Amino acid sequence: MDYLLSENELMVKDLARKIAEERILPVRAELDEKEQFPHEIMKVLAESDLFGLIIPEEYGGFGGGCLINCLAVEEISRVCCGVATSYAASALGTYPIILFGNDGQKKKYLPELASGKKIAAFALTESTAGSDASGIRTTAARQADGYLLNGTKQWITNAGEADVYVIIAITDRQKGPRGASAFIVEKGDPGFTFGKKEKKMGIRSSTTGELIFSNCLIPADRLLRREGMGFVAAMHTLDKSRPGVGSQAVGVAQGALEEAIKYAKERVQFERPIISFQAVQHMLADMATQVEAARALVYAVARFVDSGAKDISKVSAMTKLFATDMAMKVTTDAVQVLGGHGYMRDYPVEKMMRDAKILQIYEGTNQIQRNVIGQELNKEFSRKT
Amino acid sequence: MRIVVCIKQVPDAKNVKLDEKTYTLKREGVESIINPFDMYALEEGLRIKEKMGGTVTVVSMGPPQTESSLREAVSYGADETVLLSHRAFAGADTLATSKTLAHGIRKIGFDLIICGKQAIDGDTAQVGPELAAHLDLPHVSFVRKIREITEQSLTVERLMDDGYDVVRLPFPALMTVVKEINLPRMPSLKGKMRAKKIEVSAWGPAEIGLDDTQAGLTGSPTKVVKVFAPQPRGKRELVEGDPAVQAASLLDRLTDDGILKISK
Repeated sequence: MDYLLSENELMVKDLARKIAEERILPVRAELDEKEQFPHEIMKVLAESDLFGLIIPEEYGGFGGGCLINCLAVEEISRVCCGVATSYAASALGTYPIILFGNDGQKKKYLPELASGKKIAAFALTESTAGSDASGIRTTAARQADGYLLNGTKQWITNAGEADVYVIIAITDRQKGPRGASAFIVEKGDPGFTFGKKEKKMGIRSSTTGELIFSNCLIPADRLLRREGMGFVAAMHTLDKSRPGVGSQAVGVAQGALEEAIKYAKERVQFERPIISFQAVQHMLADMATQVEAARALVYAVARFVDSGAKDISKVSAMTKLFATDMAMKVTTDAVQVLGGHGYMRDYPVEKMMRDAKILQIYEGTNQIQRNVIGQELNKEFSRKT
Repeated sequence: MRIVVCIKQVPDAKNVKLDEKTYTLKREGVESIINPFDMYALEEGLRIKEKMGGTVTVVSMGPPQTESSLREAVSYGADETVLLSHRAFAGADTLATSKTLAHGIRKIGFDLIICGKQAIDGDTAQVGPELAAHLDLPHVSFVRKIREITEQSLTVERLMDDGYDVVRLPFPALMTVVKEINLPRMPSLKGKMRAKKIEVSAWGPAEIGLDDTQAGLTGSPTKVVKVFAPQPRGKRELVEGDPAVQAASLLDRLTDDGILKISK
């Protein structure tokens, strides 16, 4: 369907598709099998300027917004959700610097992130803090010459691969949620090391691991905005990035749908291609309808975000919730259409199904998304009465 | 270093259909692409520029719509473009094409000219070497690797059927490249933005100082008499077994068919 994309939006979409089909498609199965981080592909994405999409032009970026980022993420996810995760996680780590960094911090970090010479990561989760962000144990103690970090972050995408990390740590435990702050940490900072690399069910070409801070002293100018802004920074970042997860879902589901249709046209049973059977046609029809509905929601919300709207938490959560539940269903159905072949690793749909599962979990589980939406509904109707 | 890369706009072979009566290509509605071998030429030009400094100018002779391919070359990193386009250039064979390109490139100025080994539509592999002849340049065809490049000379490996030759040639020079030489890069967004804005110079015979009679159909000694599909080759058979059995079987067949007579 024609979504009336602008010339620049189409340009980004076409470029992302070209890279996905020519460079990612030939290696996606191997990257998944070997659990390899896609260094070569990250380099290609960097040289094509795709890491700068959301970064303002004055800092060397393309000056695009949420929608243009979604288009690139969707095209990459259509071919490999694992590569898309590594790519999109850098944007997730870049957003807090764009949204909350001062000019000095932006000048220092954004040009290198825009060029892809460096990539970023965002670190909120800990073993005791997932859905409940108040369980954060990592501390940042003010010292005369900076902040002293101690603690461990877990399940961090791009851990060890990224050069720039935005982390949330507690500066004042007495203040509850207002006691958390956001900091920029660089790979190589003394006392900052990487722990266990996780073995995952899907998105296996992305790296997920621990960040360990052991008396890690960072300069005071690494603090984003001011002390106590950590949760605000995290929430605003996630509001911006959730449509990106929605577009990952649209992409992986689109990829699975295309595989299912191709197979259904080729596979002959009872002397007819199976696409001629209504049972299969109806599955494909439902899948296609669900993908298009999710895409329409993601694009509409991304445009709303780009309009500068402030009240985006609810709709941003809706894109993530609806699109990722859709992706789980559509990729599962794609495996079903391919039958026995779909279950085999010779075909790409089982990988798509494994990859889709994480989308319902990371960047806030879909249960948490429902909480966000529910709380916003409650607030809206309290104001009205 | 002034590097000139020649490109040709060709129909995307993946989508081309054949007219079953005339055996010519049906070009209508088929997407045009940069000749794939020229993409390797462009990539190599860009790599040399990144190493040695200088500029990459992309030149093409063709109808006005060739401009889109020149802009595409800019999206990959080319600096300048020149389009040789005029009614007088139409219908050119390789001689008229290479002569027209030679005049255009002489006006641009160059140290190194790079071409793809051949175009996927004409498949002649003649334009590169002919261009070198018109410009009186040393040239190497089918280059698969650059071993060394200095301000003065270029040392390359030329792909042969049974191996490769190592050839050194002084600048100015021309080479044509094969696909083994590199993996072309992807375009960049900055390149694409630049490609939208760049002015494409369009030159005709007057601008490049070429006599009309030397160009296009009138300047082309090649006449296409007929286009046809080759006849299928005759029936073939494989003789199997170990060499002695094969030889005996072959001898039987040849004598049975009266081709060989064995005198006793």
